[in-house]
Amino acid sequence: MKPVIELQNIERTYSSGEVEVRAVRDVSLKIQPGEFVAIMGASGSGKSTMMNTLGCLDRPTGGTYLLDGIDVSKLNRDELADIRNQKIGFVFQGFNLLSRTSAIENVELPMLYSAKRLNTRQLREKGMAALEIVGLAPRAGHYPNQLSGGQQQRVAIARALCNEPSLLLADEPTGNLDSQTSIEIMGVFQKLNDGGITIVMVTHELDIARYTTRNIVMRDGQVVSDTAVRDRLYATEELRRLAEAHHAVQLTS
Amino acid sequence: MKIRATLVMALRALRRNKLRTALTMLGIIIGVAAVIAMVAIGNGATTQVENQIAALGQNVVLVFSGSVTQGGVRAGWGNAGTLKIEDAEAILREIPDAVEVSPEVRTNAQVGAENQNWYTNVQGESPGYFEIRNWQFAEGTSFSDQDVRGATKVAVIGATVVKQIFGADDPLGQILRVKGVPFQIVGVLAAKGMSVMGQDQDDVVIMPYTSCMKRIMGVTNIRTINIEASTPDKIVPVQDEVTTLLRQRHKIQGDNDDFNIHNQEEFTQAATSTSRILTVLVVSIASVSLLVGGIGIMNIMLVSVTERTREIGIRMAVGAHGRDILLQFLIEATSLSSMGGIIGIALGIGASKLLSMFAQWPTLVSPLSVVLSFMFSACVGIFFGFYPARKAAALDPIEALRYE
Repeated sequence: MKPVIELQNIERTYSSGEVEVRAVRDVSLKIQPGEFVAIMGASGSGKSTMMNTLGCLDRPTGGTYLLDGIDVSKLNRDELADIRNQKIGFVFQGFNLLSRTSAIENVELPMLYSAKRLNTRQLREKGMAALEIVGLAPRAGHYPNQLSGGQQQRVAIARALCNEPSLLLADEPTGNLDSQTSIEIMGVFQKLNDGGITIVMVTHELDIARYTTRNIVMRDGQVVSDTAVRDRLYATEELRRLAEAHHAVQLTS
Repeated sequence: MKIRATLVMALRALRRNKLRTALTMLGIIIGVAAVIAMVAIGNGATTQVENQIAALGQNVVLVFSGSVTQGGVRAGWGNAGTLKIEDAEAILREIPDAVEVSPEVRTNAQVGAENQNWYTNVQGESPGYFEIRNWQFAEGTSFSDQDVRGATKVAVIGATVVKQIFGADDPLGQILRVKGVPFQIVGVLAAKGMSVMGQDQDDVVIMPYTSCMKRIMGVTNIRTINIEASTPDKIVPVQDEVTTLLRQRHKIQGDNDDFNIHNQEEFTQAATSTSRILTVLVVSIASVSLLVGGIGIMNIMLVSVTERTREIGIRMAVGAHGRDILLQFLIEATSLSSMGGIIGIALGIGASKLLSMFAQWPTLVSPLSVVLSFMFSACVGIFFGFYPARKAAALDPIEALRYE
């Protein structure tokens, strides 16, 4: 099977003045369709640069990046924008929804920039379908400030899904959420992954990484470990356990 | 990306900051409203002046008697008494395109009837004068050529004199004493209002020029000759022919004419050019307001780009091209300025209507000024919106997403 992501000797060097910073050094890896990967590392390990490169927001200074079989390392600004639009769905730590814009309109945003011309009704249908997947269809008309953090992140996930991308990229998606909501969001990801969507997630929380299937650890711009997850956590079970614990606390008090 | 979707997006962004949008538009609104109102007032004034000039008469050529120097003191035109009745008769006789000719003398005198009196202008004219000046009669008729030949004591009076002397009474057939000489009133002139110079044209008593010269003034020279050319394009030929004829008759060589000749066009030009200069002046001041408004838009758009850096980052991350962002901000700036333009146009038209309603100023909203100021305000948006929009489009998506 053709890998979704294939990195060959990827380099990313920042030159600020005389100092050269090699944020990513000679990274090669493959991610197959249907994988759920967590990239981990301390700050400064190069995982953010990695994320920007994988997300086609940034170009590597060396090496080749094949996304869905397309070499994207030599594309220009506009071509990269089209790739982001068609092949990648982004989920950010800070949700990054447009304020004072309803949930459904936020979800429709990537479709507005799509080369496919959809009419208003088609936009609404696809947007609602995406909101349905994350379980927020009843709140389509709400504004971000009327939604909880978890709900905002679900809207962001729906937005990432609407153009049916080959890859979902999540940058610390649970960083701004409490532990229960974090597990709920991981549940959404696991459900999507079960449906066949490839997910790459950057996180520094070890327990969150345990919900994925493969953990890649970076240090000083290099991959230092790349292992399959043993004793994987499942969000549905964890949530049930939490609820039981909560129930038990209520009984004892 | 669809233009319509971009437009909706831009309008939504403007709606989010209603107060700021309104304040930003204010500069454009004031500028456009000022331009529209000022052009309307200028046009109104010009039209009024043109009407007043038209009230001067039809295709009129005026010959004034030359100036006189007495002991070093030069009097103005019309005082030298170089024009004679024979000159007027010669013009009528020898120049076929001079269809009406009226010799004119003029003085100021006390007039009275019963126990009322009034100090007014007294003019001696021929019956053709009313035709030349296109002056209608409210009552009665003009005196006749017969009256001119006989120097009859008959007169025609203007509306102001009627009001001052006779009040509500019917003046027709009554006796009006002019410097003590009794004249019978045979006609009342229709009101003509103010002249271009702001004089009350209705404050007048007009009688046969012979009567005025013999019975009132005791002069043999005339002050002015009023001439009507047959058609507008005959005005200049008539003027030239009259000049030649009078030079012959007065045996003048060179250009030391003892008379002065003008036509209606010259008056029109002099009067309208004043109001035109004023309009240009005020409109250019108003344009400065448009310019300042444009800079206001640029300022706000720059602030907006900075404020919405994150939004721009999100849009770019999900696939917006630089030109999509450019277009979005450009459309935003342009809708801002065009809306300002439309409101300004409405306000300007409203203001000029109010002015003509309450201040009785004549105004005329010109469609050209409406179209031009709308286009200008739209262009202000494009011009001043371009720099901020380009700045937004050039942002790096990673930087923009990280922006706090």
